[in-house]
Amino acid sequence: MSKDTRTDSTTTSAGATPAGAIPTGPVQPVTWAASYEEEPSQASVPPQPGGMTALKPFGWAKDNLFNTPLNTALTVACLAVLWYAVPPMANWLLLNAVWTGGSEICREAAGACWSIIAVKHRLIFFGTYPYDEQWRPFLACGLFVALLGASGVRAFWRPWLAGVWALVLVAMGVLMWGGVFGLTYVANDKWGGLPITLMLSVFSIAIAFPLSILLALGRQSSLPAIRTFCVGFIETMRGVPLVSVLFMASVMFPLFLPEGVTVDKLLRALAGMTLFTAAYLAEAVRGGLQAIPKGQYEAADALGLSYWQKTRLIVLPQALRIVIPPIVNQFISAFKDTSLVTIVGLYDLLTAATVATTDPEWRPFFAEVYIFAGLMFWIFCFSMSRYSQWLERLANRYNRR
Amino acid sequence: MTENAIIELRKVGKWYNSYHALRDVSLKIGKGEKVVVCGPSGSGKSTMIRCINRLEAHQTGHIIVDGTELTDDVKSVETIRRKVGMVFQNFNLFPHLTVLQNLTLAPIWVRGMAKSEIEEIAMMYLRRVRIPDQAQKFPGQLSGGQQQRVAIARALCMKPEIMLFDEPTSALDPEMVKEVLDVMTELAGEGMTMVCVTHEMGFARQVADSVVFMAEGSIIESGTPAEFFENPKSERTRQFLGQILEH
Repeated sequence: MSKDTRTDSTTTSAGATPAGAIPTGPVQPVTWAASYEEEPSQASVPPQPGGMTALKPFGWAKDNLFNTPLNTALTVACLAVLWYAVPPMANWLLLNAVWTGGSEICREAAGACWSIIAVKHRLIFFGTYPYDEQWRPFLACGLFVALLGASGVRAFWRPWLAGVWALVLVAMGVLMWGGVFGLTYVANDKWGGLPITLMLSVFSIAIAFPLSILLALGRQSSLPAIRTFCVGFIETMRGVPLVSVLFMASVMFPLFLPEGVTVDKLLRALAGMTLFTAAYLAEAVRGGLQAIPKGQYEAADALGLSYWQKTRLIVLPQALRIVIPPIVNQFISAFKDTSLVTIVGLYDLLTAATVATTDPEWRPFFAEVYIFAGLMFWIFCFSMSRYSQWLERLANRYNRR
Repeated sequence: MTENAIIELRKVGKWYNSYHALRDVSLKIGKGEKVVVCGPSGSGKSTMIRCINRLEAHQTGHIIVDGTELTDDVKSVETIRRKVGMVFQNFNLFPHLTVLQNLTLAPIWVRGMAKSEIEEIAMMYLRRVRIPDQAQKFPGQLSGGQQQRVAIARALCMKPEIMLFDEPTSALDPEMVKEVLDVMTELAGEGMTMVCVTHEMGFARQVADSVVFMAEGSIIESGTPAEFFENPKSERTRQFLGQILEH
């Protein structure tokens, strides 16, 4: 009997060990490697069984939010602010908001009046473009944004992308102006809203960027005439507000033109924005140029590369990677600065939104319109910011060890 | 030295503002000759070899490389830089390019070689400096010794007639010095004309045809390694050798 029991217990414990016992070192990495199907190096990091999960979220809060008296006080203060701020905000923005219906319903309601967006969105997006033809700027913007997005994808960085751009720009011109293929002609002083904002910002950035590289290189040139010109241009542009540059471009510049020659108002504003942006970008690019060690120039010289080969193949690829953050900063800034073209009488997205609020029936609900316009700006700026982070990681691959 | 000099410096002078960096330096180096330049820091040895491929411009005197005189004329500088390869103390590899791209860049753009052709040649040189397996890596992923060997291979890909070495082992950890010196010794054995600024006296004894000693911007003395090390003529040289051989 006793013998039997002993045998039994031995058998049981022997059978139970692999399943029930706490796994030891050599066993565990195998299970991890198998379950994650990762390369073996993953398995060499011993997992902490249950530890991490058990700590969350209270352990995490204790370690990070309440670990010192000061942190505890700050956490409590933050929670208090959230407690007082979030509910009223949520009530106004969402819970008490009016989503459909006329202005009378909005006047009764305690929350935001989002129905103004439903009523006025075409005015906000397309300004004074003829109402029945607004599918044209809609299509043009759609094409433009889609191609901008596609241009950011690495797989599309091929020579044919330039061809696609040329085609799309022509298509956009046809759509916006019309006058061919049975489309009625729409002069560009009727354009407004999102197309103006997008075109002004994208074209000014696209032209300003190469220009800024030339300016930054010129500023470091050994030829005094080029250096003086570049320094003079950059310092002048940086020394005046964008508003006055735009004013100069639209009011003063035509006075210098010979009789009968006119340059389109949109084009003049674009030129003003471009030159202004280029000056700021040039300084960002210069920062990158200065970060390149002297040895890189010497190695390129010693190999017999010419100035432009050295600049294009050695210096700029390294310099521009370093300055992706400040460059994108300038892009974002330039995008938002397009809203200043209102002072020369162009209808960008923000101006069109302002016009939408002047309707007496909907006048009390200007805040909603501005929040909506702000959201549109934010979507584009945030996308640029996220994209730049991805680009930075891609560009700095060579730094990994 | 040899009658048919491939490099000739005649009374070369250079100033950095008021600082007199080179004082009437005259030197003739024959084809296939290996010259080691040594001297205390600030003696002008680096400045001198950097004048040979115009990384620094001399102000007085003449520098003639393989029959072409170095002048302000861009053409003469281009001609000479094609014939002269250089290896730097800090490697100066291009960090954004792979090892193979580092090697092929200049031959493609300066010599107009086909990519496939030069890649084959580049791999041959990488095998000779014993790192063919690192071809697709970036310089930042290599050790100092490996980087310097890539730098030597990069210079060789341009098929230079002269190689300048500016303290090629000074930035290396001691255990990596040998692997670089081995490659340089091998290169010397193949008849390359070499001018080498270095403090590696063992290398100088073993490889150099002549040793040039500089101080305060002048060449104090030069001679075969045997003469130079066993029987230095000037007090200044004896002092220098005393300091450097003690360690």
